[in-house]
Amino acid sequence: MSAAVETVSIFEQWWLAIEPAVQANTLNFWQTIYKEIYLNVIKDDRWLQYLKGLGVTLEVSFFAILVGLLLGTVLAILRLPQVQNVSARGKGFFAQLGAGVVKLLSKFAGGYINLIRGTPLLLQVLIINFGIFGSIRIDKVIIGVIACGLNSAAYVAEIVRGGIMSVEKGQTEAGRSLGLSSFSTMIYIILPQAAKSALPAMCNEFISLIKETSILSYIALTELTKAGDYIRSRTYSAFTPYIVSGILYLAVVLTLTWAIGKLERRLRNSDH
Amino acid sequence: MTTDTIISVKGLQKHFDDGKLKALQGVDADIRRGEVVVVIGPSGSGKSTFLRCLNLLETPSAGTVSVEGVDITDPKVNINRHREKMGMVFQHFNLFPHMTILRNMTLAPMKLLKKSKAEAEQKAMELLKRVGLAERANAYPSQLSGGQTQRIAIVRALCMEPQVMLFDEPTSALDPEMVGEVLDVMKQLAHEGMTMVVVTHEMGFAREVADRVLFMDEGKIVEEGTPQQIFENPQHPRTQDFLAKVLV
Ligand SMILES: Nc1ncnc2c1ncn2[C@@H]1O[C@H](COP(=O)(O)OP(=O)(O)OP(=O)(O)O)[C@@H](O)[C@H]1O
Ligand SMILES: [Mg+2]
Repeated sequence: MSAAVETVSIFEQWWLAIEPAVQANTLNFWQTIYKEIYLNVIKDDRWLQYLKGLGVTLEVSFFAILVGLLLGTVLAILRLPQVQNVSARGKGFFAQLGAGVVKLLSKFAGGYINLIRGTPLLLQVLIINFGIFGSIRIDKVIIGVIACGLNSAAYVAEIVRGGIMSVEKGQTEAGRSLGLSSFSTMIYIILPQAAKSALPAMCNEFISLIKETSILSYIALTELTKAGDYIRSRTYSAFTPYIVSGILYLAVVLTLTWAIGKLERRLRNSDH
Repeated sequence: MTTDTIISVKGLQKHFDDGKLKALQGVDADIRRGEVVVVIGPSGSGKSTFLRCLNLLETPSAGTVSVEGVDITDPKVNINRHREKMGMVFQHFNLFPHMTILRNMTLAPMKLLKKSKAEAEQKAMELLKRVGLAERANAYPSQLSGGQTQRIAIVRALCMEPQVMLFDEPTSALDPEMVGEVLDVMKQLAHEGMTMVVVTHEMGFAREVADRVLFMDEGKIVEEGTPQQIFENPQHPRTQDFLAKVLV
């Protein structure tokens, strides 16, 4: 820690150097900027609070993306025309029942997607926080993951569905003609190709999700936006804390964009 | 050539668009073991639909398809097990673009025949050597020519060691100079005694390789016979008409 203390003390010295001017309200432009940075980032190790907030944002985003991907893929498959219009193979009770259940699930998936996409995320977050988990003590991070994951799933479902539909029918037929089950065909043949064509839209969805987790500040989850807001309430700086938060969001999004772009190029080079 | 029947089709019908379009209107046919049957006929006559009903890629609207005595239209039958025995080759190849050639060929044998990777790859390499493409084993489909792609598609199906091979216009999407290399592989297969049902417009292939030719029109088999009977001495006016058009 001595290295950290050392650095801070340099900043401290600069601060002491401009303090008379702060008192006299005669700061020049650069001194003003340094004052803002000092108060909102350096003083009382406030930068640690941004980083903690960033950590929470990344944690919620990561798990919400996982939930969204898994649930979204299931929803997408349920919305495929061949599943929607599934007909019972045979007249047996269980064949009929099975087809009925699948059709019902497909309808449910459609309703779910419409409901989620048709209402604001903030409303969904509030309902989950105060409505569903209102009387249960539960980590806000988990509530955030559930709310954002359930929300993202609806959008992911449409992206994945588009991806699946973009794969030629002949691919399914080739898989099935080899004797592969519809499940194996989906897993080994269709989804990998669908994922590739859905990657750009998926990247967009991930970016939106990361930024939308800021809504969780409404339920007092100290993620990156809330961390900035909290610091503002201490320093009364009108926008510096938000700019710091904003820069961190930007860094995350740009890193993600870069990584997915790289993945996309690799996929493009490996096959067609 | 033995004479036992491997596929038996009875009263096969297939309707599309809620019965408005009758693609097959009562087809009866027997495919015997070791036989090469070529199906010809005008566009829209139901050739592909007939072929695709043989492995239930299309579900028949009426009639039965029996494979080795088992009616595969019966919902209790596990159709996947039957498809393993029936390889299919498509007009548009349908190789899996995200997999190498070797992976294309080993996926199904490993998943379905429970072969080890080494076993499956050995079999695949053997077949690749036979069609002269062993050195492309690790290439991706997009790096191959159409003719090479179709030869791979054929040996991919052979990796499952099928009893029957179904071909739906395997050379129709190829540049003319590549048709020969694919037909050569099919001829070789026929000489080895593979049971084959081939939909094609390659009349030369039909004449040379077919044991039997089926002529289809408007969802029915209008005439059938040896290549000689069909090509030299067609009986039905519609067969004569069709052949006059294609054999110019
Ligand atoms: N999935 C489908 N949905 C609706 N109609 C179809 C479908 N498949 C085929 N048909 C129709 O059924 C009829 C027979 O088609 P099929 O593809 O079997 O003919 P074909 O003899 O193979 O023709 P081609 O030589 O052009 O390949 C055609 O009228 C076609 O439009
Ligand atoms: Mg056809």
